[in-house]
Amino acid sequence: MREQILTFLEKNSKIDLKELAVLLGSSEEVIANEVAKMEEEQVICGYHTLIDWEKTSSEKVTALIEVRVTPQRGQGFDSIAERIYNYPEVQSVYLISGAYDLLVILQGKTLREVSSFVSDKLSTLDTVLSTATHFILKKYKDYGTILGKKSKDERMLVTP
Amino acid sequence: MRNPLSDKVTAIAPSGIRKFFDIASEMKDVVSLGVGEPDFDTPWHIRDEGIYSLERGRTFYTSNSGLKELREEISNYLKRRCHIEYDPLHEILVTVGGSEGIDIALRAMLNPGDEVLIPQPCYVSYLPCVVLADGVPVTIELKEENEFRLTKEELLEKITDKTKLLVLPFPNNPTGAVMRRKDLEDIAEVIIEHDLYVLSDEIYSELTYQGDHVSIASLPGMWERTLTINGFSKSYAMTGWRLGYICGPQEIVQQMTKIHQFAIMCAPTTSQYAAVQALRNGDGDVAKMRESYNQRRRYLMHRFQEMGLKCFEPFGAFYVFPCIKEFGLTSDEFAMRLLEEEHVAVVPGSAFGECGEGFLRISYAYSIEALKVALERLERFIQRLKKA
Repeated sequence: MREQILTFLEKNSKIDLKELAVLLGSSEEVIANEVAKMEEEQVICGYHTLIDWEKTSSEKVTALIEVRVTPQRGQGFDSIAERIYNYPEVQSVYLISGAYDLLVILQGKTLREVSSFVSDKLSTLDTVLSTATHFILKKYKDYGTILGKKSKDERMLVTP
Repeated sequence: MRNPLSDKVTAIAPSGIRKFFDIASEMKDVVSLGVGEPDFDTPWHIRDEGIYSLERGRTFYTSNSGLKELREEISNYLKRRCHIEYDPLHEILVTVGGSEGIDIALRAMLNPGDEVLIPQPCYVSYLPCVVLADGVPVTIELKEENEFRLTKEELLEKITDKTKLLVLPFPNNPTGAVMRRKDLEDIAEVIIEHDLYVLSDEIYSELTYQGDHVSIASLPGMWERTLTINGFSKSYAMTGWRLGYICGPQEIVQQMTKIHQFAIMCAPTTSQYAAVQALRNGDGDVAKMRESYNQRRRYLMHRFQEMGLKCFEPFGAFYVFPCIKEFGLTSDEFAMRLLEEEHVAVVPGSAFGECGEGFLRISYAYSIEALKVALERLERFIQRLKKA
C-alpha cells in the first residue's frame, strides 16, 4: 500500500486523497493516516513542484560538479559532504562510485556566480583534491517527466 | 455490366460502430470513451528491439509459422501464465493480430452448414467471419443477471446435431465479464459430452482483476478440443504492430498454416522481433499496466455509483457495460444524444449483438484525467435525462 501511495504522490503530490482512496480500493482515512505516518518518518521529505525554468523570465544556470576529495579519518565522506551541502545554492550532493567522489548539483543566477562558487568556496576546502564543472545546456527530461512535451491521444476515437 | 460483387459479402451488415466514428471524427473537442485499445505506448524496450531489427536489416519474410525463437517464447509464456503446453514447432502459428486467428480457424474447421455458437454481446468479428467461412452462426444471448458469463444451461439450449464449434471470448469485449474456473468446468463437461470444439479468444487474458485468468485448454480433456487465440495488442499495448498467435492440435494448425501461407505469407517481421523482447522481458510492464487499468476500473465504478448509473462490476478487459434501460432510450439513441449534446463518444451495446441493447460499452483505456472530464459530461447528461 505504501509503495502504491508513494508512486502516485511522486508523480502528483496534489492528488486528492479521497480520489487516491478510490483508485487504490481503500478508504480516505487509511490513506491519510499512512501519508501522515510517512511524513512523520521522513519517508516523504517534501512536496516539491517540477518547474521548467526555461519557460520563465528568470535566469538560472545549473552545473554538475564532480568533486574528488580525501575522506577524513573517522568520518569518511560525511563531514565533507555536510560542509558542501550547507551552502544554500547547492541543490544536491551525492556520494558516487567511480572516478570521483561527490557529485554536487549547483544552481546559480549566472555562469560567473557558479564559477566563483567553485573557485572560491569549493576548491578552497582542505579536503577537496580537484573539481570538474559541467554546465547544463538543456533539460530534456527531469524527474521522469519529459519537459515541454504534451502527449496527445492519437488513437481513433471509436474502435471495436 | 455484371454485378461485380459476391452475394455472401454484400449480405454482411457493416459494423455498427462505423456510424459513431464518422460523426465523432467530424466534431471538435470530442472526449472519447469509445476505444478498444490501450492508451499506453508500447514499452520502450520493446519498440527499441523493433528499431534494432530494422537497423540490422532484418527486413525479410520469416517462416510461415513465425520466427522459431518467437514460437518458443510463446510456448514458454503460455506454460508460465496459462498453464497450457504447446509444441513450438507444430502447435503454434504466429498471426497478424488475434483477428487473423479467428478468420483462419473458422475457415480451417468449418464445412458448409456447420453451426458455430457465439455468445453475445461479443466482439464484432466472429459472426461475419463464420458467415464468410460458410458456417452458420448461432448466437447465445448472455444475461446481465449472470454477469454476462456463459452458463451450461444457455449452452445446452442451443446445441443441435450440426453444432461444431463454440466461440469463447473471455475476458469479454464489450462486457468485461470473465469466466471463472468453475464456470469453465461446467462448460467443458458439455463440450466433451457433445463432441464440440472451442475457439477460445483470450486476447485480454492478462487483464483480469480478481484471480488469475484460466484457459479452457488447461482443463482435463479440453486441450485436444481447443484452439487458443492470444496476442500482443492488449497485454503489451501493441495494437498497431498487428501480432497475435493461435495454438492448438497439430492437425488443425497445419491446415490453418496453409490458409495463412497463401493469404498472408507471414506476420510482420519487425513486430515478431519486438514480440520476442516483450515475452522475455515484459512481465513487469504488463503488471504495471494491469494495475493502472484496475485503478481506473475502481474509479469508474465509484463514479457510476455516485451518479446513479447501474452497472455490474466487471473484472476483466478494460470495459464496463452499464445498463441504461431506465432512461427509456435505445442504446443507439442514448449514445447519439450523448455525442451530440455533450460530445462524449461511447459505443452502444447493440453494436455487439441484439442482447447488448439497453447497455453502453465504456472503455477505461484512458488516463484518470481524461476519464474525469468525460464522466463529468456523462453525469450532466444523465441528470438532464432524469429530470426530463
